[in-house]
Amino acid sequence: MKAIIILSALGLATMFAGIYANKKLLLPLVLLGLIAACVFNNLGWNLNYRVYHDMLFFDNNAIAFGNLILGIAFLVFLLSGDYFKNNLEHLEDNYSIIIFSLVGAMLMVSFSNLAMLFIGIETLSISLYVLAGSKKNSLASNEAALKYFLLGSFATGFLLFGIVLIYGASGTFHLQGITDYVILNRGALPTIFHLGILFVMIGLAFKVSVVPFHFWTADVYEGSPTIITAFMATVVKIAGFAAFLRLFLTCFSSISAHFVPILCILSVLTMFLGNITAVYQNNFKRMLAFSSIAHAGYMLLAVIALKKESYLAILLYTAAYSFATIAAFAVLMVIKSNHGNDSIENFNGLAKRNPLMAFALTVAMLSLAGIPVTAGFFAKYYLFSTALSTGYTWLIVLAVINSAIGVVYYFRVIIASYFKDGETAAIHLGSIYKLVLILCTIAIFLLGIFPNLLIDLL
Amino acid sequence: MLTAALIIFPLIASLIVFAFKSEKVRNIALGFAIMEFLITLTILFQFNKTGNNPGLMLNLPWIHSLGINFSIGLDGISLMMVLLTTFLTPLIMLSSFTTNYKNPNVFYGLLLLMEMALVGVFVSLDGFLFYVFWELALIPIYFIAAIWGGANRIRITFKFFVYTLFGSLLMLVALIYLYNHTPDHSFSITSLSGVSLSRGAEGFVFWAFFIAFAIKIPIFPFHTWQPDTYTDAPTSGTMMLSGIMLKMGLFGLLRWLLPIAPNGVEDFGIYAIALAVIGVIYSSCIALVQSDMKRLIAYVSIAHVGLIAAGLISQKEQAIAGGVLQMLTHGVNAVGLFFLVDIIERRTKTRTISELGGITNKNPLFAIFFMIILLGSVALPLTNGFPGEFLILTGLFQYNAWVAGFAGLTIILGAYYMLKTYQRVMLGNTNTITEGFTPLTMVEKSVLIIVCAMVLLIGIYPNLFLDFINPMVPKYLIH
Repeated sequence: MKAIIILSALGLATMFAGIYANKKLLLPLVLLGLIAACVFNNLGWNLNYRVYHDMLFFDNNAIAFGNLILGIAFLVFLLSGDYFKNNLEHLEDNYSIIIFSLVGAMLMVSFSNLAMLFIGIETLSISLYVLAGSKKNSLASNEAALKYFLLGSFATGFLLFGIVLIYGASGTFHLQGITDYVILNRGALPTIFHLGILFVMIGLAFKVSVVPFHFWTADVYEGSPTIITAFMATVVKIAGFAAFLRLFLTCFSSISAHFVPILCILSVLTMFLGNITAVYQNNFKRMLAFSSIAHAGYMLLAVIALKKESYLAILLYTAAYSFATIAAFAVLMVIKSNHGNDSIENFNGLAKRNPLMAFALTVAMLSLAGIPVTAGFFAKYYLFSTALSTGYTWLIVLAVINSAIGVVYYFRVIIASYFKDGETAAIHLGSIYKLVLILCTIAIFLLGIFPNLLIDLL
Repeated sequence: MLTAALIIFPLIASLIVFAFKSEKVRNIALGFAIMEFLITLTILFQFNKTGNNPGLMLNLPWIHSLGINFSIGLDGISLMMVLLTTFLTPLIMLSSFTTNYKNPNVFYGLLLLMEMALVGVFVSLDGFLFYVFWELALIPIYFIAAIWGGANRIRITFKFFVYTLFGSLLMLVALIYLYNHTPDHSFSITSLSGVSLSRGAEGFVFWAFFIAFAIKIPIFPFHTWQPDTYTDAPTSGTMMLSGIMLKMGLFGLLRWLLPIAPNGVEDFGIYAIALAVIGVIYSSCIALVQSDMKRLIAYVSIAHVGLIAAGLISQKEQAIAGGVLQMLTHGVNAVGLFFLVDIIERRTKTRTISELGGITNKNPLFAIFFMIILLGSVALPLTNGFPGEFLILTGLFQYNAWVAGFAGLTIILGAYYMLKTYQRVMLGNTNTITEGFTPLTMVEKSVLIIVCAMVLLIGIYPNLFLDFINPMVPKYLIH
């Protein structure tokens, strides 16, 4: 709870600090604030406390996801210092909006009431609509913001409608109340309740870009400023899936037979469409967009399995996915500042131009592709294992086929950076970028070789 | 502890080699590889052939809550595989001294890294650990083939990578499936093989494992990546692939598939053997018409390993013992043959059989080496190919006379195409291309002498190795 208050205060402070103080102090302030939020977040470990008449429930899962979100946000902020170097005018606005969206994300991982879920999602989304369009002179950025906003509001409508229908049937917004209602009326749930679940599912599926609600993803990722794309691709996915799982596991697990078949179909569609489309992309950012769709398909498997272990599966998977994605975007930002566009051809000969970048990028791609001993492999293993233990063998076989397809496009990047000839001029890598790449690489190996560090905690 | 040292030592060695930028790095790498071989020899001499070797077992918790342990150990058969790996790696490094690879630190670092993963595959007693090493072995060879390979290297190595990865992923699904059915939720080989499944489920497990191994071995019709990759990879890479890496698949059949899915083997083993034997004949026939020597040896390799695979799956005592012996033989011979081709190619700039001829006139010593290795490959008595193939065919004959009959064709066909190749490359008149065939260098001589010595040693005294293998064989028979 204190973490959310600190973040909100930090957001306000950043906004005003920009007017008065030296702008160079902004970034250290934000980073310190994030560390403080993380520390206070962890003070609640094992306390399992509820606040505001059970509006929020801080169990260990909520705290673990909160830590991951804050950690990834820390990396994004580290990168942003360099990225916004030439755009100091609205620096404080950008920073405070990112922090406000973090507040939304924190709410999404700890809600215990559908109203809080809605507030969390909206705080996150509205901030992102603005951030997507923060490069105001760029046509693509404006297009991204508008597209995201229009489609996002539509999805929010579905979500809200779904919440209302569930309320209409059960008479409560509290997750505990809904759970009791479901168990009590398991045999005779009214149609509007099922409809409510379906609509909430659609709303959430949109946020985590599950097919067929993914149409915004590629354009928004491509048009947004790269740093915002990195933020969207990671934090939104973490918070989105944490919320998805929290709601469905807590409330609807006793009637899973009613909606799991739909999720299975969505998962298969998402995996295949994401992976196959990604193979045909020449733009690195678009490729990562479709890769993020594909990963959403895998992560749905944990929601389908709908058991206690699903939390850990999602946590491991989003962590593995986020560290690799941040590393990939960090490399992209450097490449883009040298070449001006996002084409994969710009990676040609990277190994000769800057071995560290090439290595970090390779590790990130191997992790996304799920090769041992990276975090991506273990996360994928644990995810598949969780789903298999509830008996979805055919689904896992399809997921495995998709993993093999995934290798095709992840390796294109590795092939470009090691085996193709491109420009030869060395690329200078700023110390911040170096730091982020090294941190991500260490995290990927650490989670890949010693996942028990995380497993034994939860 | 020595078993763990076998894995850790090459890992540290590879990191040191990566850090060295000088030209001398290859000597250092060779030194490390020889030290690794010496560790293996130490184990070999203190090894108890008939009893247990608790000193060579190690079981450390890794991801304990999920039943995943760092569990390694050696028995007679896996010791032979480790011996093959640690013997061939320094030999392959030595043979690579004839070529100057750019970025030698990366090249030799990757070779050592691969040695680490290969040893890991052979000593793993935990399914998860086995899978991790299995996949890990793929990364170094991918980079070796894709950085230092021939003209089409990028496309070909990529196909190789995706193909083998797909097979491995199927195996992963089967592993997780089995794991979920173990009563104690453990990946240890004893728990995994203790699982009793329905007939249908075991069929699924059988095929998932079999396809993963069949792609690696490779067995017809999963072999399509192999000739291209062997032809296009740098010679050292090809030697690693054919000499050691494909043994991962054969060893996997024996160590993992047979104990884990005995009913699957009973139900479907005949189909697997049929595929292997079809592959033997098919690749022998293709080898008859190959014009490129490296490609020819690639197909010969498919024929040889197909026979080994058939022998292992047949579940006959002689066939299994012969199969393991033949794995050693095939490793030595494949390295020898690819090195011979490499020597010819470096001197004449061609691998096309029809363009060559009369090398014997220029270099009789080379002709003798070639003849010895070739005879080993066609399984002449007193050479290393004979005892293994003889044992396999004996076992196969007990299994099914027809299978043995068809599989035996490989000996006749093999003798035909190998001798024909020898005749056209080595005999006859010297032409303008072979005119300048220079004498062998010291490095080349030493590699060839070592290979030929092994050909004769295994051929004349196979019991030296069979004594390690035979006591273990009954463990792999299905009762």
